[in-house]
Amino acid sequence: MSATFVGMPAFPDAARSALADSQLRGNLAHATSTIRGKRAQVVGEVSEWEELRLAGAAIKDNTLHHLDEHLLRLERSLTERGATVHWARDAAEACAIVAGIAQQHGVDEVVKVKSMATQEIELNEFLAEQGIAAWETDLAELIVQLGDDLPSHILVPAIHRNRAEIREIFRAKMPGAPDDLTDNPADLAAAARLHLRQKFLSARMAVSGANFAVADTGTLMVVESEGNGRMCLTLPDILVSVVGIEKVVPSWDDLDVFLQLLPRSSTGERMNPYTSTWTGVTPGDGPQEMHVVLLDNGRTRALADEVGRQALRCIRCSACLNVCPVYERTGGHAYGSVYPGPIGAILNPLLRGVGHDKQLDSLPYASSLCGACFEACPVRIDFPEVLVHLRSKVVDAHRGRAERGVRCTLRAERPVRLGRAPKPEAVAMKAASWALRDAGRLGRLERLAGAAGRLLARVLRRSAPGGRRVLGSLPGPGARWTTARDVPAPPTESFREWWQREGGRS
Amino acid sequence: MSGAREEILASIRTALRDAPPEVEVPRGYRSSPPPADLVALFDERVTDYRATVTRCALVDVVEAIRSALGDAARVVVSGDLPYPVDGALDDDLSASELDAVDAVVTTAAVGIAVTGTIVLDHGPGQGRRALSLVPDRHVCVIRDDQIVAGVPDAIARLDPARPQTWISGPSATSDIELDRVEGVHGPRQLHVVVVRED
Ligand code: SF4
Repeated sequence: MSATFVGMPAFPDAARSALADSQLRGNLAHATSTIRGKRAQVVGEVSEWEELRLAGAAIKDNTLHHLDEHLLRLERSLTERGATVHWARDAAEACAIVAGIAQQHGVDEVVKVKSMATQEIELNEFLAEQGIAAWETDLAELIVQLGDDLPSHILVPAIHRNRAEIREIFRAKMPGAPDDLTDNPADLAAAARLHLRQKFLSARMAVSGANFAVADTGTLMVVESEGNGRMCLTLPDILVSVVGIEKVVPSWDDLDVFLQLLPRSSTGERMNPYTSTWTGVTPGDGPQEMHVVLLDNGRTRALADEVGRQALRCIRCSACLNVCPVYERTGGHAYGSVYPGPIGAILNPLLRGVGHDKQLDSLPYASSLCGACFEACPVRIDFPEVLVHLRSKVVDAHRGRAERGVRCTLRAERPVRLGRAPKPEAVAMKAASWALRDAGRLGRLERLAGAAGRLLARVLRRSAPGGRRVLGSLPGPGARWTTARDVPAPPTESFREWWQREGGRS
Repeated sequence: MSGAREEILASIRTALRDAPPEVEVPRGYRSSPPPADLVALFDERVTDYRATVTRCALVDVVEAIRSALGDAARVVVSGDLPYPVDGALDDDLSASELDAVDAVVTTAAVGIAVTGTIVLDHGPGQGRRALSLVPDRHVCVIRDDQIVAGVPDAIARLDPARPQTWISGPSATSDIELDRVEGVHGPRQLHVVVVRED
């Protein structure tokens, strides 16, 4: 993948061009609504779902709050089981470690399992510069890589491409793709199977991530669908896993929560087709040399943020993307990062800090604070709370600069003196945060908002394609954002009212 | 990069100066009542993934395996598979040789009824991980007393020190317009034989 997100325009500009792309919007709307439906059904089957969410959040919080101890235990367990542990402060260090291992073994080709962490550090680009080819083996990643494109969704990264486009990419870029390749998904998948089989059989080194790393036992886990993960984790001699430091869980038993939460939230299945676990080196079975790179790259910065650190609970299921009205209409690319959607709107600024990059600073505003992401999140990340907090951090950072004599044009159409401008919004956001933290309060307020919505509906009468009522541009600080996007009018029925009417099954 | 290790740990400790105390993890989900008929539910849920399920008595298992293998000409098994399979190759194959094999027969460690999952821990009868991965058809024989209700029961039974493969249906992808397609890299056909121990 030679494309990168570097130099992306800020969210409102990127969103505006994405909105104009009707193919993208059509594909995305179909994808997100399909996954939403599947998820709702399988989540509805689990009577203890809410308790599992609470357990997931509690396990992650307890771990994050003693992260140093858990990482040291993980390091010890891994080492005892014959793996080599490396620590990387940032992307450059992590990439150098992986490339160093390849070079040490004279390897110029590696196979890869889809991994957010390696995308985050842009490992493939770095390896390419070193003359090492990295083959993405996940079908969607392969489509993205061959199309010289960017992923647009955590779970289905090529969701912005339809079957006809994929056939064209394969015909043009996949060595040995049959001339009479059809655009039937089964045929396209079979072509990818053939193309990659030889690579799997001959590869000497694989690079993976891990969904979870168990401190007690040194067990790593990869959750997948296609079997490319199993191939990479089993056939090569050398395995390097790049693992964010927040992926650690204390004990094996804790996985009984996450293996219920993740597949149902993610693909909307009771269980994903394949999950692999391995604990160091197993003589005679699988890779005999194993490395684990523990990656910081901004995670300790996020951890230092009292309110924001909950974003590190994220298990990358992508449920928040699929329920997000902003994501559904703009797509993943507008977020300018491998982490799009609601999680991207909070995680990117937390990992990289605010006040120095317009693109990053615009992300906490890429939300209408509707809270659907919180309802969907299996580890109960309180998005409205974190978004509001980050908005105030952005404002504070710019106020600091304004005081040093820098005029800031970030949030408003015209330059404003930031000492004054953010106040009304900050107050509104505080109120929203207060309301959203308490279910009872939220319920009462939503009924109020529903009433206001019914009133507005009579006044406004503007509708979007498909008949959905929308508001025009918002005044004040929201204006920049709403000129690129129609804000849904407050629904006449609140989410909770709808939930109860539907029997609470989603 | 030992400097990196110390620096990351130090940043974590600084970041956590104000960390709140531990909270209690609710574990009530572990005691939810089990479904009435585990084997029936397992059968239904495995079938839901478009895998095939055969239920048989111990005396009929050899025949059940034979019919699950269908027209597969080259079959590989781990040397310690407790069921005889006519003409099966022993696993002393390279990865490319394995690629020329049509089917594999294994046992399993645990079955999970609620999710329709079989778990291999690559112990006796199951072979190394590549064995049940490269051939295109996987026939997996599981005893009914190995089937547990849910994920927590399976986690409690399994030994994390062993490599594990959790399998729920055949290899699949939904990467192209979210159409679920069976089979990208793993076995495209999964046949589970549930043996009644009587
Ligand atoms: S933030 Fe929550 S919903 Fe979003 S990807 Fe992470 S775990 Fe899933």
